[in-house]
Amino acid sequence: MALRVPLPAEIALARAAAGLSRLAGIGGGTTLPGKLLWKLDPGAVDRLADRLPQGRALVSATNGKTTTSAMAARILGPSFRLAHNRSGANLVSGVASALLAARDAELGLFEVDEGALPEVARRLRPRAVCLGNLFRDQLDRYGELELLAQRWRAAVSSLPEATAIVVNGDDPQVGDLASGRRGAVVFGLDDPRHASPELQHAADSKWCIRCGTPYAYAAAYIGHLGDYRCPSCGHARPALDIAARAIELNGLESVSFELVTPEGARRVELAVPGLYNVYNALAAAGLARALGSALDAVVAGLQGFSAAFGRFERIVLGDRTLLVLLIKNPAGANEVVRTLVAGGSPRLLLVALNDEIADGRDVSWIWDVDFEPLLGGLERLVATGERAAELALRFKYAGLAASAIDVIPSLEDALDRGLELTAAGAELVALPTYTAMLSLRDLVARRGFVRPYWEAAA
Amino acid sequence: MKIVVGHLFPDYLNIYADRGNMAVLARRAAWRGHEVEVRGLGADNAVRPGEHDLYYIGGGQDREQELVAPALAAHGEGIHAAVDGGAALLAVCGGYQLLGRFYRDQSGDELPGVGLFPLHTVAGERRMIGDVLLECELEPGDRRTLAGFENHAGRTYLDGGAEPLGRVVAGFGNDGETGYEGCRVGRAVGTYLHGPLLPRNAWLADWLLSQAIAHRTGEVPTFEPLEDDLEAEAHEVSARRARTRGGRY
Repeated sequence: MALRVPLPAEIALARAAAGLSRLAGIGGGTTLPGKLLWKLDPGAVDRLADRLPQGRALVSATNGKTTTSAMAARILGPSFRLAHNRSGANLVSGVASALLAARDAELGLFEVDEGALPEVARRLRPRAVCLGNLFRDQLDRYGELELLAQRWRAAVSSLPEATAIVVNGDDPQVGDLASGRRGAVVFGLDDPRHASPELQHAADSKWCIRCGTPYAYAAAYIGHLGDYRCPSCGHARPALDIAARAIELNGLESVSFELVTPEGARRVELAVPGLYNVYNALAAAGLARALGSALDAVVAGLQGFSAAFGRFERIVLGDRTLLVLLIKNPAGANEVVRTLVAGGSPRLLLVALNDEIADGRDVSWIWDVDFEPLLGGLERLVATGERAAELALRFKYAGLAASAIDVIPSLEDALDRGLELTAAGAELVALPTYTAMLSLRDLVARRGFVRPYWEAAA
Repeated sequence: MKIVVGHLFPDYLNIYADRGNMAVLARRAAWRGHEVEVRGLGADNAVRPGEHDLYYIGGGQDREQELVAPALAAHGEGIHAAVDGGAALLAVCGGYQLLGRFYRDQSGDELPGVGLFPLHTVAGERRMIGDVLLECELEPGDRRTLAGFENHAGRTYLDGGAEPLGRVVAGFGNDGETGYEGCRVGRAVGTYLHGPLLPRNAWLADWLLSQAIAHRTGEVPTFEPLEDDLEAEAHEVSARRARTRGGRY
């Protein structure tokens, strides 16, 4: 039998590691302590999680898991002390670190990487699981989308009946996870006025999951998300338990909608824009309700939400502002583009493309993003990051003159160039991939404009 | 001149940004005063030899490949005749596999192929994922490199005497063992490299365009070089990635 270090000693050691990592200035200590604990004793994560008296809730999706869990935290925060991995460290080690950091937490609220969901669900034995969407993303890490969907099906089917399941009915693969599960909560949009005229190029699950026939869409909202029906076998979007109706998009500023639930309907004003945030709000509402929140608390929490880490974040830099919108895959980036265009296309754009593991080493996804709608108003592009040249090509072949593109791989130099091109009082819009977003925040933090993320309030 | 491109099953096979390849063909042709017209070819269209100067077929996930394989195989005769008649062709990843003789999946079932390329593919346990760099010589004495990204579970085995597209400098290639990548038959080229392939390997886009024009006119044109600084830089970064972190067992 392996010698087991007592749990309190492991925790003390791992917490010390977090402090050391911050002291050494190498980051927030958001994964190091968890990694250490994981090395010492993988089972410790399970036992730490067991200590949460109100149990655990998990959120997973290709897009929106950080924002959804941040919204849920806003709703649940007044009722529970939370253990929450809010900076997006969402592998087992990140969950372990959040467990270590939250000493007196009652309820665990964790966003979980799509690939890590089966293992995290097995170890944490969640009370509720909220599943948002599956899009092509980081195929270099996950292999194929279908493999991921299979692993989700297996993970959901091994959850006990008592575990509440909240799923996005608008995604054929995800909505189907509710079938045969009593008490599953299905959410989706119910406002065809906001449907796209046709399926976007980034739609992935276009073929009936039962028989392979292309779905007919009464409304396609984002990628393959929408109100679908198979004309051949009849497989269709399940009935919605939680829906958004009468959606009003207000450019880059906000969105409002009628939140329809079994408890009644209420108007919700979100301080973040875009249809994708309506999906995130529905997911958070469904999850919070499954955890016992009343509709009043749900609405108050959603309306009090501002922005999640690096996702639509406005940072004041002296007399200019920097608007940071994370891009990481075609479906998500398309919505960022759509939202930007709705707010009036920017004339200047900074786009940062890195190709580390967390960004996806395969950068081909940028060619599946519909950047073209931006070209109408775009006068100058600052392309930066490790794959700045590839990004510049994406815009060049979309029709932007090469002379209108600055290729500046160094993020710091590119930020300076972008700010120099931005008039005083104006806003610089930056679209970074994940590691570029971290570096960008780090850069402005070093200049004293934003607190390091491990100090930021939830 | 108008160059007609037949894009095979664009709705199904488009997983690795295949439309980036199409955009590069269209722009580079336009910058030289030619026009590219892309026509989608699905199950309901016949491939009529002579109608298209260049064919393109992209990659899909296993599910999409299963859905299109029978319809594609039904186009086999037309595709053979078109390429025999001098049409150019680029097949990437899944499309490359389906233009071979067959694809055998993990359970041993075989998807029928078109048989244009003298090769077959067998699904393996581990996916071969990473940056790749190749050295090719499509025209005698004209050595070039191709930089891209591969992500495939299939191991592709060339028949004896078949001509690979290139030699692997870094990465896995067809099967992770022989050191060869892709296949070439006349003006038809198949490869696992996406990324997409053509933006960062502009010379291959130009080669395909010149072969497509030759199909129409009978003569391979000589193109004036374009301002390709960005393309060269993207190629260099991608090649460097392959050298430092390309896949190997």
